[in-house]
Amino acid sequence: MAVISRGFTGRGREHNPELPPGQYLTADFPVLSAGPTPDIDTADWQFGIRTDDATLHTWTWDELHALPIEDIDTDIHCVTRWSKFGTSWRGVSLDTLFAGVETSDEYVMAHSYGGYTTNVPLEDLLGGKAWIAVEFDGEPLDPEHGGPARLLIPHLYFWKSAKWIRSLEMMPSDEPGFWEQNGYNMYGDPWLEQRYW
Amino acid sequence: MTERETRDAPPHRVGLWHVGVVVSTNTETPTGRSIVVDVPGWGGNIAGQHADVRLTAPDGYQAVRSYSIASAGDGDRVQLAVDRFPTGEVSPYLVDELLPGDELELRGPLGGWFVWRPVQTESVQLIGGGSGIVPLMAMIRSHTASGSTAPFRLLYSVRTPDDAFFRSELETPTPHLDVTWLYTRRTPDGWPRPASRIALADLEASTFAASQGPAVFVCGPTGFVETVANDLVALGHDPQRVKTERFGGA
Repeated sequence: MAVISRGFTGRGREHNPELPPGQYLTADFPVLSAGPTPDIDTADWQFGIRTDDATLHTWTWDELHALPIEDIDTDIHCVTRWSKFGTSWRGVSLDTLFAGVETSDEYVMAHSYGGYTTNVPLEDLLGGKAWIAVEFDGEPLDPEHGGPARLLIPHLYFWKSAKWIRSLEMMPSDEPGFWEQNGYNMYGDPWLEQRYW
Repeated sequence: MTERETRDAPPHRVGLWHVGVVVSTNTETPTGRSIVVDVPGWGGNIAGQHADVRLTAPDGYQAVRSYSIASAGDGDRVQLAVDRFPTGEVSPYLVDELLPGDELELRGPLGGWFVWRPVQTESVQLIGGGSGIVPLMAMIRSHTASGSTAPFRLLYSVRTPDDAFFRSELETPTPHLDVTWLYTRRTPDGWPRPASRIALADLEASTFAASQGPAVFVCGPTGFVETVANDLVALGHDPQRVKTERFGGA
């Protein structure tokens, strides 16, 4: 079906079962953001989970760090086709943060400092699959990579791992976030190549 | 269909791959060129959008990358402009191998955020670094083609005079468009500003002030975009009005 590109031989022929379809490996950590990087002081930082009954559970920077911090070693996959293997993070599991949260809603809108949003099903945040990450490679998370804290949901394309995370808002139904309104898939499974609408 | 596929039924589809034919190529810089492709069924794109380009080897191996589109408007003719990333897989082929008459597969257009539409009437500040000019060029062309009177300014940062994409087009006087050049490694002879990286003073001197409330589009390498966007916020621009697009190599 596809046309052969005259003179193109390609570079990466080794089949790597760890690499989702259509992705290539990079050793870099490219930055993709839709606007300026917000400047957030951890003294003012707060993270919250807002539930359906308008209850807001909040954590200050110190309160977050009083919770168990996990080491996370994972591959990450960006919709712009780069994947990076073996990244190491530290952060608080969403299981820990949701432990005292009562909700019947199944969907979540992540809100960031700076106004970014992205939607995720709640089941994708629980079960050891997602964290609020505060360190990358043994260092505090750089602002341009989402510091002081970002969502980390490595089993979905990386735009779901919202930088500069501020709150999670429970929703009764799935609503599109920022990129989801601007051309990207509602769910974003890299193994199914759910890149675009 | 699984439950998840049903739930994710998309409101729109990017669509199928289109087989285009390369009409012409033009060497723009020592490492980059523009490529005009006729893509039957493309149907036009908004200024600032990008396209997926797919290459297929004889054994079926495929590589796909996204590139900004330098053209805008209706029709099936698309211009891409690509900078060669030395260790890349697709850009060296597009810059060094592709010839007029070759087939090239495209999908899109993609992206609904970093775009300018002719119905927008506010002032627009474009700030590009290197091949980051490409989506901004589409906005300039869309602005001109539509007869828009929205005030446009472009600040274009390049390493040397040889590294500018679309130089002759940008040097042609255009109504409601003001272009400022900035050189980071080597300037033309007699250029008043010494070669150096873009700084806050350049933005103060050569861009719309925050008080004028422009829509701002910044595109270029990560370091460039990071610096410019931070400086714009420091100069009082509303972060919500500053749209950025950053690229690495591919």
